Amino acid sequence: MENIISVSGLRKSFKSLEVLKGVSFDIKKGSIFALLGSNGAGKTTAVRILATLSKPCGGKAAICGYDVLKQADEVRGCISLTGQFAAVDESLTGRENLQLIGRLRRLPDTNRRADELLTAFDLEDAAKRLAKTYSGGMRRRLDIAMSLMGSAKERQVIFLDEPTTGLDPQNRIAMWDMVKNLAGEGATVFLTTQYLEEAEYLADKIAILHEGVIIAEGTLEELRKMFPPAKKEYIEIQPTLEEIFLKIVGGAQ
Amino acid sequence: MRVVSNSWTMFKRCLLTSLRNPENIGAAIFVPAIVMWLFGILFGSVMDVGDYNYIDFIVPGIILQTVAQAVTSVAISVNNDMHKGIIDRFRSMDISKSSVLTGHVLSAIVRNMIATTVVIGVAFAIGFRPSAGFVDWLIIVGVLILYMLAITWIAVICGLIAKTPESAGTMPFLLFVLPYISSGFVPVETMPKALKVFAENQPMTPIIDTMRALMLNQPVGNNLLLALVWSAGIIVVTFTIAVQVYKSKQK
Repeated sequence: MENIISVSGLRKSFKSLEVLKGVSFDIKKGSIFALLGSNGAGKTTAVRILATLSKPCGGKAAICGYDVLKQADEVRGCISLTGQFAAVDESLTGRENLQLIGRLRRLPDTNRRADELLTAFDLEDAAKRLAKTYSGGMRRRLDIAMSLMGSAKERQVIFLDEPTTGLDPQNRIAMWDMVKNLAGEGATVFLTTQYLEEAEYLADKIAILHEGVIIAEGTLEELRKMFPPAKKEYIEIQPTLEEIFLKIVGGAQ
Repeated sequence: MRVVSNSWTMFKRCLLTSLRNPENIGAAIFVPAIVMWLFGILFGSVMDVGDYNYIDFIVPGIILQTVAQAVTSVAISVNNDMHKGIIDRFRSMDISKSSVLTGHVLSAIVRNMIATTVVIGVAFAIGFRPSAGFVDWLIIVGVLILYMLAITWIAVICGLIAKTPESAGTMPFLLFVLPYISSGFVPVETMPKALKVFAENQPMTPIIDTMRALMLNQPVGNNLLLALVWSAGIIVVTFTIAVQVYKSKQK
Protein backbone atom coordinates (compact mmCIF):
# COMPACT_ATOMS: atom_id res chain seq x y z
CA MET A 1 0.00 0.00 0.00
CA GLU A 2 1.15 3.50 -0.73
CA ASN A 3 2.27 5.96 1.92
CA ILE A 4 -0.23 8.77 2.47
CA ILE A 5 1.96 10.61 4.96
CA SER A 6 5.71 10.76 4.75
CA VAL A 7 7.79 12.73 7.16
CA SER A 8 11.56 12.99 7.10
CA GLY A 9 13.95 14.85 9.34
CA LEU A 10 11.28 17.12 10.78
CA ARG A 11 12.70 19.72 13.15
CA LYS A 12 11.01 22.36 15.23
CA SER A 13 12.34 24.74 17.87
CA PHE A 14 10.57 27.34 19.92
CA LYS A 15 13.28 29.91 20.58
CA SER A 16 16.07 27.90 22.20
CA LEU A 17 13.83 24.95 23.05
CA GLU A 18 14.28 22.14 20.54
CA VAL A 19 11.03 20.18 20.49
CA LEU A 20 11.47 17.99 17.41
CA LYS A 21 15.02 16.92 16.59
CA GLY A 22 14.64 15.21 13.24
CA VAL A 23 11.53 13.07 13.21
CA SER A 24 10.87 10.63 10.35
CA PHE A 25 8.06 8.16 9.70
CA ASP A 26 5.75 6.96 6.96
CA ILE A 27 2.08 6.10 7.25
CA LYS A 28 0.22 3.79 4.91
CA LYS A 29 -3.12 4.75 3.46
CA GLY A 30 -6.09 3.42 5.42
CA SER A 31 -4.07 2.51 8.51
CA ILE A 32 -4.21 3.69 12.11
CA PHE A 33 -0.96 5.26 13.26
CA ALA A 34 -0.33 6.05 16.90
CA LEU A 35 2.29 8.52 18.02
CA LEU A 36 3.03 7.58 21.57
CA GLY A 37 4.83 9.72 24.09
CA SER A 38 4.79 11.36 27.49
CA ASN A 39 3.57 14.89 28.05
CA GLY A 40 5.96 17.31 26.41
CA ALA A 41 7.44 14.72 24.08
CA GLY A 42 6.47 16.81 21.04
CA LYS A 43 3.37 14.92 19.88
CA THR A 44 1.14 17.97 19.55
CA THR A 45 3.90 19.92 17.82
CA ALA A 46 4.20 17.14 15.24
CA VAL A 47 0.43 17.12 14.68
CA ARG A 48 0.28 20.90 14.36
CA ILE A 49 2.99 20.89 11.70
CA LEU A 50 1.26 18.15 9.72
CA ALA A 51 -2.08 19.95 10.01
CA THR A 52 -0.46 23.14 8.60
CA LEU A 53 -0.94 25.08 11.85
CA SER A 54 2.74 25.36 12.59
CA LYS A 55 5.77 25.79 10.38
CA PRO A 56 8.66 23.33 10.68
CA CYS A 57 12.19 24.69 11.09
CA GLY A 58 13.60 21.90 8.95
CA GLY A 59 12.86 18.61 7.26
CA LYS A 60 10.04 17.59 4.94
CA ALA A 61 6.49 16.44 5.42
CA ALA A 62 4.00 15.48 2.75
CA ILE A 63 0.37 14.43 2.99
CA CYS A 64 -1.46 12.96 -0.01
CA GLY A 65 1.60 13.96 -2.00
CA TYR A 66 1.36 17.64 -1.04
CA ASP A 67 4.06 19.48 0.84
CA VAL A 68 2.68 20.80 4.16
CA LEU A 69 4.64 24.03 3.83
CA LYS A 70 4.43 24.83 0.11
CA GLN A 71 1.00 23.36 -0.67
CA ALA A 72 -0.77 24.04 2.61
CA ASP A 73 -4.16 24.68 1.01
CA GLU A 74 -4.08 21.36 -0.86
CA VAL A 75 -3.08 19.59 2.36
CA ARG A 76 -5.97 21.27 4.20
CA GLY A 77 -8.29 19.90 1.54
CA CYS A 78 -7.45 16.31 2.44
CA ILE A 79 -7.14 16.40 6.22
CA SER A 80 -9.30 17.05 9.21
CA LEU A 81 -8.04 17.90 12.65
CA THR A 82 -9.44 17.29 16.08
CA GLY A 83 -7.08 19.14 18.35
CA GLN A 84 -6.50 18.70 22.03
CA PHE A 85 -8.98 21.42 23.00
CA ALA A 86 -12.54 21.01 21.83
CA ALA A 87 -12.94 23.14 18.72
CA VAL A 88 -16.67 23.76 18.98
CA ASP A 89 -18.52 27.06 18.99
CA GLU A 90 -20.15 27.12 22.41
CA SER A 91 -22.82 29.63 21.41
CA LEU A 92 -24.10 27.34 18.65
CA THR A 93 -26.13 24.17 19.03
CA GLY A 94 -24.68 20.78 18.17
CA ARG A 95 -26.47 20.72 14.82
CA GLU A 96 -25.45 24.32 14.00
CA ASN A 97 -21.82 23.47 14.70
CA LEU A 98 -21.97 20.62 12.20
CA GLN A 99 -23.80 22.77 9.65
CA LEU A 100 -21.18 25.50 10.05
CA ILE A 101 -18.42 23.11 8.99
CA GLY A 102 -20.52 21.61 6.20
CA ARG A 103 -21.29 25.03 4.75
CA LEU A 104 -17.68 26.17 5.03
CA ARG A 105 -16.66 23.06 3.13
CA ARG A 106 -19.56 23.73 0.77
CA LEU A 107 -20.93 20.20 0.93
CA PRO A 108 -23.98 19.55 -1.23
CA ASP A 109 -25.85 17.67 1.50
CA THR A 110 -24.89 19.43 4.73
CA ASN A 111 -28.17 18.86 6.58
CA ARG A 112 -28.42 15.16 5.81
CA ARG A 113 -24.78 14.57 6.75
CA ALA A 114 -25.22 16.56 9.98
CA ASP A 115 -28.20 14.40 10.97
CA GLU A 116 -26.27 11.22 10.19
CA LEU A 117 -23.37 12.28 12.37
CA LEU A 118 -25.65 13.36 15.22
CA THR A 119 -27.12 9.86 15.17
CA ALA A 120 -23.76 8.14 14.84
CA PHE A 121 -22.34 10.06 17.79
CA ASP A 122 -25.38 9.67 20.00
CA LEU A 123 -26.07 13.40 20.03
CA GLU A 124 -29.58 13.42 18.54
CA ASP A 125 -31.24 14.41 21.79
CA ALA A 126 -28.75 17.21 22.34
CA ALA A 127 -28.78 18.46 18.74
CA LYS A 128 -30.76 21.57 19.56
CA ARG A 129 -28.93 22.43 22.76
CA LEU A 130 -26.12 24.96 22.86
CA ALA A 131 -22.71 23.29 22.95
CA LYS A 132 -21.82 25.14 26.16
CA THR A 133 -24.36 22.97 27.99
CA TYR A 134 -22.64 19.75 26.84
CA SER A 135 -20.64 17.46 29.10
CA GLY A 136 -16.96 16.85 28.35
CA GLY A 137 -17.68 13.58 26.56
CA MET A 138 -20.47 15.09 24.44
CA ARG A 139 -18.26 18.02 23.48
CA ARG A 140 -15.50 15.64 22.43
CA ARG A 141 -17.95 13.62 20.35
CA LEU A 142 -19.32 16.75 18.70
CA ASP A 143 -15.76 17.89 18.06
CA ILE A 144 -14.89 14.68 16.25
CA ALA A 145 -18.22 14.67 14.40
CA MET A 146 -17.34 18.16 13.12
CA SER A 147 -14.05 16.81 11.83
CA LEU A 148 -15.97 14.19 9.91
CA MET A 149 -18.31 16.55 8.08
CA GLY A 150 -17.39 15.50 4.57
CA SER A 151 -17.09 11.83 3.62
CA ALA A 152 -14.14 9.65 4.52
CA LYS A 153 -12.97 9.88 0.92
CA GLU A 154 -12.79 13.65 1.05
CA ARG A 155 -11.18 13.72 4.50
CA GLN A 156 -8.51 11.20 3.71
CA VAL A 157 -6.43 11.79 6.81
CA ILE A 158 -7.94 12.34 10.23
CA PHE A 159 -5.75 13.73 13.00
CA LEU A 160 -6.88 13.01 16.53
CA ASP A 161 -4.68 14.66 19.13
CA GLU A 162 -5.20 12.77 22.40
CA PRO A 163 -8.81 11.95 21.52
CA THR A 164 -9.59 10.14 24.76
CA THR A 165 -7.87 12.39 27.28
CA GLY A 166 -10.45 13.40 29.84
CA LEU A 167 -13.05 10.86 28.72
CA ASP A 168 -14.64 8.31 31.03
CA PRO A 169 -14.08 4.59 30.27
CA GLN A 170 -17.37 4.11 28.40
CA ASN A 171 -16.75 7.07 26.15
CA ARG A 172 -13.18 5.95 25.65
CA ILE A 173 -14.31 2.56 24.39
CA ALA A 174 -16.93 4.19 22.17
CA MET A 175 -14.19 6.40 20.75
CA TRP A 176 -12.00 3.38 20.04
CA ASP A 177 -14.83 1.69 18.13
CA MET A 178 -15.32 4.86 16.16
CA VAL A 179 -11.65 5.11 15.23
CA LYS A 180 -11.67 1.48 14.05
CA ASN A 181 -14.75 2.19 11.94
CA LEU A 182 -13.14 5.21 10.33
CA ALA A 183 -10.13 3.19 9.26
CA GLY A 184 -12.50 0.44 8.11
CA GLU A 185 -14.14 2.96 5.81
CA GLY A 186 -10.83 3.81 4.20
CA ALA A 187 -9.68 6.86 6.14
CA THR A 188 -6.16 7.08 7.52
CA VAL A 189 -6.14 7.89 11.23
CA PHE A 190 -3.20 9.60 12.92
CA LEU A 191 -3.67 9.68 16.64
CA THR A 192 -1.48 10.75 19.50
CA THR A 193 -1.86 9.28 22.91
CA GLN A 194 -0.13 8.85 26.20
CA TYR A 195 -2.22 5.77 26.97
CA LEU A 196 -0.29 2.68 26.04
CA GLU A 197 -3.26 0.36 25.94
CA GLU A 198 -4.93 2.70 23.48
CA ALA A 199 -2.07 2.40 21.03
CA GLU A 200 -1.88 -1.33 21.67
CA TYR A 201 -5.57 -1.81 20.96
CA LEU A 202 -5.98 0.51 17.99
CA ALA A 203 -2.82 1.08 16.06
CA ASP A 204 -1.54 -0.77 13.01
CA LYS A 205 1.73 1.00 13.53
CA ILE A 206 3.20 2.69 16.58
CA ALA A 207 5.95 5.24 16.84
CA ILE A 208 7.36 6.22 20.20
CA LEU A 209 8.38 9.83 20.41
CA HIS A 210 10.72 10.66 23.24
CA GLU A 211 12.52 13.97 23.79
CA GLY A 212 12.01 14.99 20.20
CA VAL A 213 13.12 11.83 18.43
CA ILE A 214 11.39 8.63 17.37
CA ILE A 215 13.10 5.99 19.47
CA ALA A 216 11.10 3.01 18.24
CA GLU A 217 8.72 2.40 15.38
CA GLY A 218 6.81 -0.55 14.01
CA THR A 219 3.82 -2.79 14.49
CA LEU A 220 3.15 -4.11 17.95
CA GLU A 221 4.62 -7.44 16.81
CA GLU A 222 7.76 -5.79 15.57
CA LEU A 223 8.16 -3.87 18.79
CA ARG A 224 7.73 -7.09 20.72
CA LYS A 225 10.46 -8.76 18.66
CA MET A 226 12.82 -5.92 19.48
CA PHE A 227 12.37 -6.77 23.12
CA PRO A 228 12.15 -10.52 23.44
CA PRO A 229 10.44 -12.05 26.44
CA ALA A 230 12.48 -11.44 29.53
CA LYS A 231 11.72 -14.66 31.38
CA LYS A 232 12.37 -17.71 29.22
CA GLU A 233 13.07 -20.42 31.72
CA TYR A 234 9.62 -21.48 32.83
CA ILE A 235 6.88 -19.60 31.04
CA GLU A 236 6.90 -17.21 28.16
CA ILE A 237 5.44 -13.84 28.98
CA GLN A 238 4.85 -11.51 26.10
CA PRO A 239 5.88 -8.03 27.19
CA THR A 240 3.03 -5.57 27.14
CA LEU A 241 3.50 -2.41 25.20
CA GLU A 242 3.70 -0.68 28.55
CA GLU A 243 6.77 -2.69 29.47
CA ILE A 244 8.34 -2.00 26.10
CA PHE A 245 7.68 1.69 26.44
CA LEU A 246 9.00 1.97 29.97
CA LYS A 247 12.07 -0.04 29.12
CA ILE A 248 12.99 2.19 26.20
CA VAL A 249 12.12 5.44 27.87
CA GLY A 250 13.65 4.39 31.17
CA GLY A 251 16.85 3.40 29.38
CA ALA A 252 17.06 6.73 27.66
CA GLN A 253 16.69 8.70 30.84
CA MET B 1 -16.60 32.12 -5.16
CA ARG B 2 -15.07 30.55 -2.09
CA VAL B 3 -14.34 33.81 -0.29
CA VAL B 4 -17.94 35.04 -0.69
CA SER B 5 -19.48 31.73 0.34
CA ASN B 6 -17.13 31.33 3.32
CA SER B 7 -17.64 34.93 4.46
CA TRP B 8 -21.41 34.56 4.26
CA THR B 9 -21.29 31.37 6.35
CA MET B 10 -19.03 33.07 8.92
CA PHE B 11 -21.33 36.10 8.94
CA LYS B 12 -24.33 33.91 9.80
CA ARG B 13 -22.32 32.21 12.54
CA CYS B 14 -21.28 35.51 14.14
CA LEU B 15 -24.74 37.03 13.78
CA LEU B 16 -26.35 34.02 15.44
CA THR B 17 -23.92 34.04 18.35
CA SER B 18 -24.19 37.80 18.85
CA LEU B 19 -27.99 37.74 18.79
CA ARG B 20 -27.78 35.11 21.53
CA ASN B 21 -25.76 37.57 23.62
CA PRO B 22 -27.90 40.72 23.20
CA GLU B 23 -26.29 42.52 26.15
CA ASN B 24 -23.55 43.60 23.71
CA ILE B 25 -26.02 45.69 21.76
CA GLY B 26 -27.54 46.92 25.03
CA ALA B 27 -24.29 48.58 26.12
CA ALA B 28 -23.83 50.08 22.66
CA ILE B 29 -27.21 51.78 23.02
CA PHE B 30 -27.18 52.65 26.69
CA VAL B 31 -23.81 54.41 26.96
CA PRO B 32 -24.22 56.82 24.00
CA ALA B 33 -27.83 57.50 25.01
CA ILE B 34 -26.67 58.61 28.47
CA VAL B 35 -23.95 60.82 27.00
CA MET B 36 -26.50 62.33 24.63
CA TRP B 37 -28.93 63.01 27.43
CA LEU B 38 -26.20 64.55 29.62
CA PHE B 39 -24.89 66.83 26.90
CA GLY B 40 -28.10 67.53 25.06
CA ILE B 41 -30.37 68.20 28.00
CA LEU B 42 -28.18 68.93 31.01
CA PHE B 43 -25.49 71.06 29.34
CA GLY B 44 -27.52 71.96 26.25
CA SER B 45 -29.00 75.12 27.69
CA VAL B 46 -25.57 76.70 28.35
CA MET B 47 -23.93 75.56 25.11
CA ASP B 48 -23.83 78.10 22.32
CA VAL B 49 -23.20 76.63 18.89
CA GLY B 50 -24.65 79.43 16.81
CA ASP B 51 -27.89 78.90 14.97
CA TYR B 52 -28.48 75.30 16.01
CA ASN B 53 -30.09 73.61 18.96
CA TYR B 54 -27.29 71.87 20.85
CA ILE B 55 -29.01 68.48 20.64
CA ASP B 56 -29.16 68.80 16.84
CA PHE B 57 -25.49 69.74 16.84
CA ILE B 58 -24.24 66.70 18.79
CA VAL B 59 -26.22 63.84 17.21
CA PRO B 60 -23.52 63.03 14.57
CA GLY B 61 -20.83 62.88 17.30
CA ILE B 62 -23.09 60.69 19.42
CA ILE B 63 -23.58 58.33 16.47
CA LEU B 64 -19.80 57.97 16.12
CA GLN B 65 -19.61 57.16 19.82
CA THR B 66 -22.33 54.57 19.34
CA VAL B 67 -20.21 52.91 16.65
CA ALA B 68 -17.15 53.00 18.93
CA GLN B 69 -19.12 51.42 21.77
CA ALA B 70 -20.62 48.78 19.48
CA VAL B 71 -17.24 47.62 18.13
CA THR B 72 -15.85 46.72 21.56
CA SER B 73 -17.79 43.46 21.31
CA VAL B 74 -16.10 42.69 17.97
CA ALA B 75 -12.67 43.07 19.56
CA ILE B 76 -13.76 40.75 22.38
CA SER B 77 -15.29 38.09 20.15
CA VAL B 78 -12.33 38.06 17.74
CA ASN B 79 -10.02 37.69 20.74
CA ASN B 80 -12.16 34.89 22.13
CA ASP B 81 -12.03 33.05 18.83
CA MET B 82 -8.26 33.39 18.62
CA HIS B 83 -7.73 31.76 21.99
CA LYS B 84 -10.06 28.83 21.54
CA GLY B 85 -9.72 25.53 19.74
CA ILE B 86 -12.13 26.59 17.00
CA ILE B 87 -9.52 28.82 15.37
CA ASP B 88 -7.25 25.79 14.85
CA ARG B 89 -10.15 24.05 13.16
CA PHE B 90 -10.70 26.99 10.81
CA ARG B 91 -6.99 27.30 10.08
CA SER B 92 -6.65 23.62 9.26
CA MET B 93 -9.54 23.83 6.78
CA ASP B 94 -9.28 24.77 3.14
CA ILE B 95 -11.26 28.00 3.53
CA SER B 96 -10.64 31.66 2.80
CA LYS B 97 -8.51 33.15 5.56
CA SER B 98 -10.11 36.59 5.55
CA SER B 99 -13.60 35.07 5.88
CA VAL B 100 -12.95 34.24 9.55
CA LEU B 101 -12.54 37.98 10.21
CA THR B 102 -15.04 39.24 7.63
CA GLY B 103 -17.79 37.25 9.36
CA HIS B 104 -17.16 39.18 12.55
CA VAL B 105 -17.08 42.49 10.69
CA LEU B 106 -20.32 41.96 8.80
CA SER B 107 -22.22 40.87 11.89
CA ALA B 108 -20.82 43.91 13.70
CA ILE B 109 -22.30 46.13 10.98
CA VAL B 110 -25.73 44.64 11.69
CA ARG B 111 -25.31 45.23 15.45
CA ASN B 112 -24.07 48.74 14.72
CA MET B 113 -27.09 49.53 12.56
CA ILE B 114 -29.46 48.31 15.26
CA ALA B 115 -27.71 50.32 17.98
CA THR B 116 -27.48 53.45 15.82
CA THR B 117 -31.14 53.29 14.84
CA VAL B 118 -32.21 53.02 18.47
CA VAL B 119 -29.89 55.87 19.52
CA ILE B 120 -31.29 58.12 16.77
CA GLY B 121 -34.77 57.19 17.98
CA VAL B 122 -33.80 58.26 21.51
CA ALA B 123 -32.44 61.48 20.04
CA PHE B 124 -35.83 62.20 18.48
CA ALA B 125 -37.49 61.50 21.81
CA ILE B 126 -35.39 64.13 23.60
CA GLY B 127 -35.73 66.86 21.02
CA PHE B 128 -33.60 66.08 17.93
CA ARG B 129 -35.33 67.73 14.96
CA PRO B 130 -33.42 67.19 11.69
CA SER B 131 -34.61 68.60 8.39
CA ALA B 132 -32.95 66.00 6.15
CA GLY B 133 -34.89 64.55 3.23
CA PHE B 134 -34.95 60.93 2.06
CA VAL B 135 -31.91 61.25 -0.21
CA ASP B 136 -29.98 63.03 2.57
CA TRP B 137 -30.68 60.12 4.89
CA LEU B 138 -29.56 57.62 2.25
CA ILE B 139 -26.24 59.45 1.93
CA ILE B 140 -25.92 59.58 5.73
CA VAL B 141 -26.47 55.81 5.93
CA GLY B 142 -23.87 55.25 3.21
CA VAL B 143 -21.28 57.44 4.94
CA LEU B 144 -22.06 55.72 8.21
CA ILE B 145 -21.72 52.16 6.89
CA LEU B 146 -18.33 53.02 5.39
CA TYR B 147 -17.26 54.53 8.72
CA MET B 148 -18.53 51.47 10.61
CA LEU B 149 -16.49 49.17 8.36
CA ALA B 150 -13.36 51.26 8.98
CA ILE B 151 -13.84 51.30 12.76
CA THR B 152 -14.78 47.63 12.90
CA TRP B 153 -11.58 46.57 11.14
CA ILE B 154 -9.62 48.61 13.70
CA ALA B 155 -11.46 46.71 16.44
CA VAL B 156 -10.62 43.40 14.71
CA ILE B 157 -6.92 44.30 14.89
CA CYS B 158 -7.35 45.11 18.60
CA GLY B 159 -8.95 41.68 19.06
CA LEU B 160 -6.13 39.96 17.18
CA ILE B 161 -3.26 41.58 19.07
CA ALA B 162 -4.74 41.72 22.59
CA LYS B 163 -3.55 39.11 25.08
CA THR B 164 -6.92 38.81 26.84
CA PRO B 165 -10.56 39.53 25.95
CA GLU B 166 -10.61 42.20 28.69
CA SER B 167 -7.80 44.19 27.14
CA ALA B 168 -9.30 43.67 23.69
CA GLY B 169 -12.50 45.23 24.99
CA THR B 170 -10.80 48.32 26.40
CA MET B 171 -8.58 49.11 23.38
CA PRO B 172 -11.37 50.62 21.23
CA PHE B 173 -12.17 53.07 24.07
CA LEU B 174 -9.95 55.62 22.34
CA LEU B 175 -12.44 55.63 19.47
CA PHE B 176 -15.15 56.63 21.95
CA VAL B 177 -13.08 59.56 23.24
CA LEU B 178 -11.84 60.88 19.89
CA PRO B 179 -15.19 62.41 18.84
CA TYR B 180 -14.70 64.89 21.74
CA ILE B 181 -11.58 66.18 19.96
CA SER B 182 -13.41 66.72 16.68
CA SER B 183 -16.24 68.94 15.55
CA GLY B 184 -18.64 66.59 17.35
CA PHE B 185 -19.38 68.46 20.57
CA VAL B 186 -17.89 71.95 20.30
CA PRO B 187 -17.02 74.01 17.21
CA VAL B 188 -13.32 73.43 16.43
CA GLU B 189 -12.74 77.23 16.22
CA THR B 190 -13.25 77.44 19.99
CA MET B 191 -10.53 74.89 20.79
CA PRO B 192 -6.98 75.64 22.03
CA LYS B 193 -4.42 75.72 19.19
CA ALA B 194 -2.97 72.21 19.45
CA LEU B 195 -6.35 70.52 19.85
CA LYS B 196 -7.73 72.64 17.05
CA VAL B 197 -5.07 71.45 14.60
CA PHE B 198 -5.75 67.84 15.55
CA ALA B 199 -9.52 68.21 15.43
CA GLU B 200 -9.50 69.91 12.05
CA ASN B 201 -7.41 67.19 10.48
CA GLN B 202 -8.72 63.99 12.03
CA PRO B 203 -11.11 61.84 9.96
CA MET B 204 -14.04 62.11 12.37
CA THR B 205 -14.44 65.83 11.69
CA PRO B 206 -15.37 65.63 7.98
CA ILE B 207 -17.58 62.60 8.71
CA ILE B 208 -19.41 64.49 11.46
CA ASP B 209 -19.59 67.67 9.39
CA THR B 210 -21.06 65.75 6.44
CA MET B 211 -23.76 64.13 8.56
CA ARG B 212 -24.56 67.37 10.34
CA ALA B 213 -24.83 69.35 7.11
CA LEU B 214 -27.13 66.73 5.60
CA MET B 215 -29.26 66.47 8.74
CA LEU B 216 -29.64 70.23 9.13
CA ASN B 217 -29.90 71.15 5.44
CA GLN B 218 -26.58 73.01 5.25
CA PRO B 219 -24.07 72.96 2.36
CA VAL B 220 -21.87 69.84 2.56
CA GLY B 221 -18.90 71.29 0.70
CA ASN B 222 -15.95 68.93 0.21
CA ASN B 223 -16.62 67.18 3.52
CA LEU B 224 -18.47 64.29 1.86
CA LEU B 225 -15.52 63.53 -0.41
CA LEU B 226 -13.10 63.80 2.53
CA ALA B 227 -15.30 61.54 4.63
CA LEU B 228 -15.47 58.84 1.94
CA VAL B 229 -11.74 59.00 1.19
CA TRP B 230 -10.82 58.78 4.88
CA SER B 231 -13.11 55.79 5.53
CA ALA B 232 -12.12 53.94 2.36
CA GLY B 233 -8.44 54.54 3.11
CA ILE B 234 -8.77 53.28 6.67
CA ILE B 235 -10.65 50.19 5.46
CA VAL B 236 -7.94 49.27 2.93
CA VAL B 237 -5.12 49.73 5.45
CA THR B 238 -6.81 48.03 8.42
CA PHE B 239 -8.15 45.11 6.34
CA THR B 240 -4.65 44.45 4.99
CA ILE B 241 -3.08 44.69 8.44
CA ALA B 242 -5.76 42.51 10.04
CA VAL B 243 -5.37 39.70 7.51
CA GLN B 244 -1.57 39.85 7.77
CA VAL B 245 -1.70 39.75 11.58
CA TYR B 246 -4.14 36.83 11.41
CA LYS B 247 -1.82 34.91 9.08
CA SER B 248 1.27 35.75 11.12
CA LYS B 249 -0.28 34.08 14.18
CA GLN B 250 0.74 30.76 12.60
CA LYS B 251 3.70 29.70 14.70
